[in-house]
Amino acid sequence: MSAVASAIPPRSLRGLADEWLPRIVLSPTLAMSLVFVYGFIVWTAYLSLTESRMMPSFDFAGLAQYARLFDNERWWTSAKNLGIFGSLFIGISVVLGLLIAILLDQKIRTEGALRAIYLYPMALSFIVTGTAWKWILNPGLGLEKLVRDWGYPNFTFDWLVNSNLSIYTVVIAGVWQSSGFVMALFLAGLRGVDEEIIKAAQVDGASLPRIYWKIVIPSLRPVFFSVLLILSHIAIKSFDLVMALTAGGPGNASDVPAIFMYQFSFNRGQLGLGAAAAMMMLMTIVAVLVPLMYLETRSARSAR
Amino acid sequence: MHADAQRLTLGRVALYALLVLFALYYLTPLYVVLTTSLKPMDEVRAGNLIALPQTWTIEAWHRAWNGACIGVDCNGLRPYFWNSVRMVVPSVLISTFIGALNGYVLAHWRFRGSEILFTALLVGCFIPFQVVLLPMARLLGIFGLANTTAGLIFVHVVYGLAFTTLFFRNFYISVPEELIKAARVDGAGFFLIFRKVVLPLSGPIFVVCIIWQFTQIWNDFLFGVAFNGGQQAPITVALNNLVNTSTGVKEYNVDMAAAVIAALPTLFVYIVAGRYFVRGLTAGAVKG
Repeated sequence: MSAVASAIPPRSLRGLADEWLPRIVLSPTLAMSLVFVYGFIVWTAYLSLTESRMMPSFDFAGLAQYARLFDNERWWTSAKNLGIFGSLFIGISVVLGLLIAILLDQKIRTEGALRAIYLYPMALSFIVTGTAWKWILNPGLGLEKLVRDWGYPNFTFDWLVNSNLSIYTVVIAGVWQSSGFVMALFLAGLRGVDEEIIKAAQVDGASLPRIYWKIVIPSLRPVFFSVLLILSHIAIKSFDLVMALTAGGPGNASDVPAIFMYQFSFNRGQLGLGAAAAMMMLMTIVAVLVPLMYLETRSARSAR
Repeated sequence: MHADAQRLTLGRVALYALLVLFALYYLTPLYVVLTTSLKPMDEVRAGNLIALPQTWTIEAWHRAWNGACIGVDCNGLRPYFWNSVRMVVPSVLISTFIGALNGYVLAHWRFRGSEILFTALLVGCFIPFQVVLLPMARLLGIFGLANTTAGLIFVHVVYGLAFTTLFFRNFYISVPEELIKAARVDGAGFFLIFRKVVLPLSGPIFVVCIIWQFTQIWNDFLFGVAFNGGQQAPITVALNNLVNTSTGVKEYNVDMAAAVIAALPTLFVYIVAGRYFVRGLTAGAVKG
C-alpha cells in the first residue's frame, strides 16, 4: 500500500507536503507515547531502584525496595488475593459467558432484548457496581436480612466483613459486571461457526451437547484466548471495584496489588515501594499477556 | 440451528426459563438499587431488600444531587457531575480527532517504519496505568495541573490516543486504497482527501470511538483519585467518597440514588446506541 506514496515523485510543493505531512501529523502522538508511556515506565523503574520515600530521591539503592516488598506481609496478601480473585473471576466468567452464549444461540425469539440485559453492567463504572453490591451484601440490611425475614433466622452471609471471605465478594461483583461481555464475545464466535458442520454431525446421530463439546467449543479457541487476555488484564489492574466494595478491608484482608501500590505511593509516601509494586504489576501483565497473545495469533492463523 | 427448533417442546421451555433466570440475575441489582433509592430511610432499615417502596419518595435523589456530604462540603454530587462533564467532553473530542488523523496516516499514508511505530503505540493499550501514576503525578504537580480538570483532560487524551488510533486505523484499512489513489491523481493532497473522501465514510467509527472513549473516561476512577481528589474531582471519586465515609448515619437510599446518578450518562448512551457500544467493546477489547 505504501506504493502509492512512491508512485508520485515528490517534485512539487504538494508532493513534498504529502511526503512529510503524514509524519508531522503522527509525531505529536508518537512523542507523547515516547515520553508518557515509555519514558514514564523507565522513570518508574528507576524510582523503584532508589531510596525514595516521601520525595523522589536519586540515591541508587539497587533492589532494596524489591527486598522490602517481598518482606512485606501486605504485599503477599494482595498477591494471594489477586490469585484467588483472578482465577475465580476468569473461570466463572468464562463458564457463565459461554453457557449463556450457547443458550442464546438456539434461535431465541427475544435475543436482542436478552442480550441487552446481559450486557448492560459493562456500561457501568466499577465504582457504581461496587456501591450496588456493597449494599446488597450488607450483612445487617441486605441479602442476609432478606433470607432471615423469609424464615431462616440463622442464615448468615457476612462475607463483606469477614476477613477470610471478603475477597470473594469482589469475585461476585466482578463476575456480574463482566460475564455478559464474555457472552457477547462468545456469541460473536458462535455466529462464525459453520452450521453445515453441525447439521452433518446431527445427521450422523450425534447429540447436541456432544456436538457442542466436541466440535463447536474447540473451534472457539481463538475467542478463548481473546477472552482470557481481556479478563486477565481486567483482573490484574482491578482497583476501582475493590475500592468501592471493600476498600481492601476488613483491615487489609482484600487488598490487591493495585490498591497496595496506590496506598503506599499516595497515602503513605513510600514512593520507592509503590514504584516497585507498579513494576511487579507490569511484569505480571507481560508474563500473562505475551504468551496469550502469541497463542492467540497462532490459533487465529491456523483457524484460517 | 435445527429444523425442530421452533417447535414448543419441553426443552424449549426449559431453555427460555434458564435465559429468563439469567436475565433476572443481571437485573436484580439494578432493581434493588432503584427501589432502595426511592424508599425513605426508615423503610430501608425496617423493610427488606427486594420489597417495593411503600411510600415512594425522591427525597434521597434530592439529597444525593444537592445535599449529601462529600468530605466537608454538603452540596451533593451536582458539582462533581459537572466536573465530569467538563472533563469528558474535551478529552473525548480531542482524543477522537487526533486518533482519526493518526489512523488515516497509518492506514493510507504509510512510510518506512510506520508499522513498527503503530505496534509501539499499541503498547499503550496494554500497560497497567499504575506504572505511569507516580511520574504523571509529579509532572502535573510541576505544571500546576494537579487537582484540576485541565490536568485530567490532558491525562485522558494522552492515554486514550492508543485506543482511538487503533479504532480508526483498523477501520480505515477497509477503505479501498483505490479511492485515495484516484483522489491523488486528481491532485488532492493529504488533508483534502481526508476531508472530502475519508471523513464522509467515517460516521460509524466516530460513533464507536466516541462512545468507547466517553464510557472509559466517565467511568475512570484511578486517574481521578490519583490526580484530582479535590474540588474538581470527577463523579466516580465523589461517589466513592460519599459511599465510603464512615462519619454520621449511613443513608443507604442516598448512596443508591448517587450510584444511579453516576451511572445515568453511560447507561443512557448504552440504551440509545447499544449496537455501537458493543462493537467498540469487541473491537477495542479483542486487540487491547
